[in-house]
Amino acid sequence: MSEERILLAHGDGGELMAELIEQVFVARLGTGDPPGDDAARIEGDGRLVFTTDGFVVDPIFFPGGDIGKLAVCGTVNDLAAAGARPVALGASFILEEGLVISELERVVDSMARTAAEAGVRVVCGDTKVVPRGTADGIYVTTSGVGTVPVGVAVSGAGARPGDVVLVSGTVGDHGLAVLSVREGLEFESPIVSDCAPLAGMVAALLEAAPGVHVLRDPTRGGLATALNEIARQSGVGIEVVESAVPVREAVGTACELLGLDPLYVANEGKMIVVVPEGEAESALAALKAHPLGAESAVIGRVMESARSRVTLRTALGTHRILDRQVGEQLPRIC
Amino acid sequence: MCLAIPMKVVEIDGPVAQVEEGGVRREARVDLIDGVKVGDYVIVHAGVAIDRLDPEEARETLKLFEEMLKAAE
Amino acid sequence: MSEFRDTDLVRGLAEQLKHMAAPPATLMEVCGTHTVAIARYGLREALPEGVRLISGPGCPVCVTPQDQIDLFIALGGMEGVTLATFGDMVRVPGTTQSLEQARAEGADVLMVYSPMDAVEAAAKDHEKQVVFFGIGFETTAPAVALAILEAQRRGLGNFSVLCAHKLIPPAMMALLESEVRVDGFICPGHVSVIIGSEAYEPVAARGKPCVVTGFEPADVLGAVGMLLRQLAEGRSEVEVEYSRAVRPEGNRKAQELLGRVFRVADARWRGLGTLPGSGYELAEEFAEFDAARRFEVEPPKSVEPRGCRCGEVLTGLIDPPECPLFGKACTPRKPVGSCMVSSEGACQAWYRYRRSE
Repeated sequence: MSEERILLAHGDGGELMAELIEQVFVARLGTGDPPGDDAARIEGDGRLVFTTDGFVVDPIFFPGGDIGKLAVCGTVNDLAAAGARPVALGASFILEEGLVISELERVVDSMARTAAEAGVRVVCGDTKVVPRGTADGIYVTTSGVGTVPVGVAVSGAGARPGDVVLVSGTVGDHGLAVLSVREGLEFESPIVSDCAPLAGMVAALLEAAPGVHVLRDPTRGGLATALNEIARQSGVGIEVVESAVPVREAVGTACELLGLDPLYVANEGKMIVVVPEGEAESALAALKAHPLGAESAVIGRVMESARSRVTLRTALGTHRILDRQVGEQLPRIC
Repeated sequence: MCLAIPMKVVEIDGPVAQVEEGGVRREARVDLIDGVKVGDYVIVHAGVAIDRLDPEEARETLKLFEEMLKAAE
Repeated sequence: MSEFRDTDLVRGLAEQLKHMAAPPATLMEVCGTHTVAIARYGLREALPEGVRLISGPGCPVCVTPQDQIDLFIALGGMEGVTLATFGDMVRVPGTTQSLEQARAEGADVLMVYSPMDAVEAAAKDHEKQVVFFGIGFETTAPAVALAILEAQRRGLGNFSVLCAHKLIPPAMMALLESEVRVDGFICPGHVSVIIGSEAYEPVAARGKPCVVTGFEPADVLGAVGMLLRQLAEGRSEVEVEYSRAVRPEGNRKAQELLGRVFRVADARWRGLGTLPGSGYELAEEFAEFDAARRFEVEPPKSVEPRGCRCGEVLTGLIDPPECPLFGKACTPRKPVGSCMVSSEGACQAWYRYRRSE
């Protein structure tokens, strides 16, 4: 690249932009089919699913990942939560004037690597440049198309009383990893974002337990918020056993130090699985057998409920209501 | 308003110490405590160690609770 | 100190407490962290018949009067000012807007975990006037005092504090004069680390048992047991459950620091009005760091939110559900008063940790 930093001219459709696209994006992500067209042809069998997400994480680079990795994982995981195999991704970039291009290259490298890991490609994209001060370096919007194999029918509305609720590993890692950079927290064994593409783990799960009712990746708002969404969509109650939810020791301690609740902290590499009781054991085994699901656990049950509530059974044996998150969770001192 | 947790002092540099607990390491001011040593447990609030925590006394309290429970049986 | 959270111990203490033969009593806690711990662990379930646990003015955000909040937010409207605050304050509604809303309109709001972070921000950018909101009780005031000394040491002319610190024992004495009926106090563990358990002798001398309590479930259950035992035996003493951290004389060094940087003054409390000698102002030597003196700003006329009964909740006269707005017009999502906004407010604690039917 002839330039060191992004200039407004990189977004104006001319030579500088063409150079940027060739040397930064195409060099790492390849092209769609046919190359050079604005729309890519894709193929897939079965029912199509389509999703889109925006990524605005700050800082761009954090322990365990970066905005590029996040952009791929977030979209792949939304597809996986629909029971789908990812077919293709599209990515649009809003770049801030002044962004150091070598940083952009790092981000796109990361995207390429993560996409390869997830078995999917970025086949179309767009670039815009905005004046300094109007984007935190870089914003990414990713869209994804997937196909749902025959026989798979997962949906947020599919939870039924008697179902078992699983989570595929520890909660709160991603949010804490990002916050730790901002708060200057250090960890003995560093807290690293759990950002990971879960399509492979989900495919293995569905093979072992095809009757899975619900899949959901708990991102912002944490486990508690995602469970509330499922409860509401399905018109059921969910009871969670507090002591059964896996939390890394350092995450738990950091949350106490900052006055946060791990149940509400963001994740980027976890799946909630709601499965009929009869298949719970095979579901759990399949998850645990996969490297990304090694710490999976049973955390609760689905119940009848007139109010679509999520309740938490505390260590004392008492029950309290676990609401959706309201507003940002702010680190508190008091 | 008292969100504070006990943490262990692992390094001291003048008024500032590195404290650790449950895998988390953080900086804290320790100049409110006389003669603080590496290995001491301190209670950290808003980035300041407000006093030592006495593990022996903690054990005593736990023992007291256990005895209360046994007496009730 | 996870042993104080051990499930078997906690359940054992809860069982024992529940079956304790105790006279009917109303116990009050005066610390937001206790409010949350009690609600979060469902500790009210463990109380014997006839024993009530109520919340007092222990939430530093909740007791900060409307006009001090308005003043702080108004300072943020000034050119070149960065407001630095603990996270707790960000959503609290002033008369016209909250800090969060002011930030959306362009105010520079920096959320900090430690007052020292605010000093660092001032050191990093001399163009900014960093104003730190000094809320909190005796636990937090020492950290703010250290920050002020640090700013002085570094010669930072762009750091100041809007001092709103309050003191717990005068509030407890004022409650004894009020209509609320309290039989005993769960005393705040970390405030007591600083001020010492002896500070509560005047309260005990008025016939109210005091137990200085830690924050784990076993601490609270144990302390309630100690209070009820005192009541049953007709004693009113200051006892220390949190002996692993609290000394009778407290932290002398911290007290000296407080005496140097602050001076005791009358202070206004939401719900309690003006209490003599119940708060801190910056001492003359540190007047240059006093934001109230450094800046001239006209805050909006302060108006308490209509129908809000935070004042009565804060003084233990009513439980949150007795406020007509509770859970209806006033929820964490759309809060009316600070008791619902603050994560340590009694109303939010009751709402968030409410029992399932």
